Amino acid sequence: MAEFAVELRDVVKKFPNPGGGEVRAVDHVTLRIGHGEFFSLLGPSGCGKTTSLRMIAGFEWPTEGEVCIDGEAMGRTPPFLRPVNTVFQSYALFQHMTIFQNVAFGLEMEKASKDEINRRVGAALEMVQLTGMDKRKPKQLSGGQQQRIALARALVKRPAVLLLDEPLGALDLKLRKEMQLELKALQHQVGITFIYVTHDQEEALTMSNRIAVMDKGKALQIGKPVEIYERPNCRFVADFIGEANFLTGKIKEVDKDNVTVALNNLDFELVGIPIGTLVAGQSVAVSIRPEKIRLAERPVQGIGGTSEAKNYFPARVITSAYIGSDTRVIVDFGPGVNLKVWEQNKISTLDPRAHYTQGQELWIYILPENALVMPEG
Amino acid sequence: MTVQETARSGEKKSILGKIRESSRLQGLTLISPTMLYLSLFMIIPLLLVIILSFLARGPYGNVVYRFNFDNYIRLIDSLYLKILWYSLLTAALTTVITILLGYPLAYYIARVSANQRSILLFLILVPFWTNFIIRIYAWIMILRSEGLLNTFLLNIGVIKVPLEIMYTPTAVLIGMVYEFLPFMVLPLFASLEKIEMNQLEAAADLGAKPWRAFMRITLPLSLPGMIAGSILVFIPAMGMFVVPDLMGGAKTILVGNLIRNQFLTARDWPFGAAASMLLLLLTLVFTLVYTRRAGFGEEYLV
Repeated sequence: MAEFAVELRDVVKKFPNPGGGEVRAVDHVTLRIGHGEFFSLLGPSGCGKTTSLRMIAGFEWPTEGEVCIDGEAMGRTPPFLRPVNTVFQSYALFQHMTIFQNVAFGLEMEKASKDEINRRVGAALEMVQLTGMDKRKPKQLSGGQQQRIALARALVKRPAVLLLDEPLGALDLKLRKEMQLELKALQHQVGITFIYVTHDQEEALTMSNRIAVMDKGKALQIGKPVEIYERPNCRFVADFIGEANFLTGKIKEVDKDNVTVALNNLDFELVGIPIGTLVAGQSVAVSIRPEKIRLAERPVQGIGGTSEAKNYFPARVITSAYIGSDTRVIVDFGPGVNLKVWEQNKISTLDPRAHYTQGQELWIYILPENALVMPEG
Repeated sequence: MTVQETARSGEKKSILGKIRESSRLQGLTLISPTMLYLSLFMIIPLLLVIILSFLARGPYGNVVYRFNFDNYIRLIDSLYLKILWYSLLTAALTTVITILLGYPLAYYIARVSANQRSILLFLILVPFWTNFIIRIYAWIMILRSEGLLNTFLLNIGVIKVPLEIMYTPTAVLIGMVYEFLPFMVLPLFASLEKIEMNQLEAAADLGAKPWRAFMRITLPLSLPGMIAGSILVFIPAMGMFVVPDLMGGAKTILVGNLIRNQFLTARDWPFGAAASMLLLLLTLVFTLVYTRRAGFGEEYLV
């Protein structure tokens, strides 16, 4: 067994542009996906995630670079000779065949015996909890059931890698959440490498071992969900995953762990942690997650382990929205600079004084490790 | 019209009101022009032909109103049965050849870019701008002994003696296939165009080589078009008499020619009517058996 289940080595894919010239759908992407990993390709539409998946499946061939499956360079190997199977976005079930025939199709192509086909199709349908549906046609099933059939049809082949192209995109929210957990459990059970394409960041965070965040054909950051969320390596990733406030400024001072930023248009200096190498005088963006900002009536010395009152700023409440689990506050932080602040409602109370009111003056506090300072742009 | 107005208006208006309320009456109203047309120009003439087929021919080609089965009994004759068999064979062969020629063409048209597709579909329809008889004469110019084809083949030395194609069953088949090919290509194209690329990708993904993917996915999904095309070709091919007349000569006589000759040349209308009824019955039986076995293809439609 090779070191990686799937490897993309510096892969480029160009498509001819209808208006002349060419488009780079995938631009020098290198991925190394381990055996048994649940790996997600996450990004907005047109970021190259589906093209990358299609190159692994064999529906497209790279313009440059190499796709390797289990250490073997695929070159121009056609899809029917690759040890991978795909769950398509629109399921692509064969409408003229029954459920049984759909699931059996891949095994018939392998020239499996009738007994083996019956046994394995039965087991696959049982795995996706659709036993007894085998004589129906795909159109007679609900969206969620069709989705499971697509899954069973691909998994019955026992592929080395299962490719999933936004498989839950057509389902409603509740069913999607259920299927997320089910898919994750299923992956654990069969132990197959899953490569999962999605534009839904929550889905990717919930299910994946690792995520590659893609934009404009490039893989911007590859890492575990917690790394992607807590330490995004650029403004795009910080913005695309979850919510973030962005402040701009110039580096004033760089010391061992922290950087001090003079914020633009404000009289404040903010201490944060550097993402990448930064030098004094450089223009930077500071990313702060709304749930990581604290609101306080007055500055408190020593909070968060710091001895001095760094990163304390006066602010004024613009709006406050109570949404049950959280209160979402927008505070005015200086001329034209607003911050989103989410505070969990940890205490159950009807006392109006416990909730923020418009125009209320207060202090906000940002722990240095919650302020990520990164090159602007 | 408001409810009050409807209530106030008289008998005439209330019929309109009834139509507005009943979707069944609306449907009947909408199909009534077609129904009227069909009953005037199809059902009544058909009934006349049925009646005519049970009457007799008078000595001067007139119709004698004497009920009898003689016309049908006369039809059970090896001469006429041979003509029928030959007509069936020609129509069936025409259908098969138009499928074989039309399928790759329809497949190609369904797969090219939208721009090229409209040009190709346009080209398929261009021959209809010229009268059918004139196009058949063009084929005669090509196929006859000293025609284009023979001159060409003689000049490049492939043959020494001109090929005798005209006035043979082969010439009839060439003419029929030519005439009916668009009626096969268009419905085939319509159903091939509907097949989504991801169906073939899924088949390849599951291990199907291109040929097997074609047999298991493309072919079954294009069956509705093939069935529709076969019906559109087979039925008119069964009654065709222009092509065998012009290209088949005296030797090739189809049931269509037989009927025409009875009505126009022999002036035996009752016998011609009986032959018509036989043709109608045969076509009906064949179409029924065919669609029973293959369906109209509606169950494949997605």
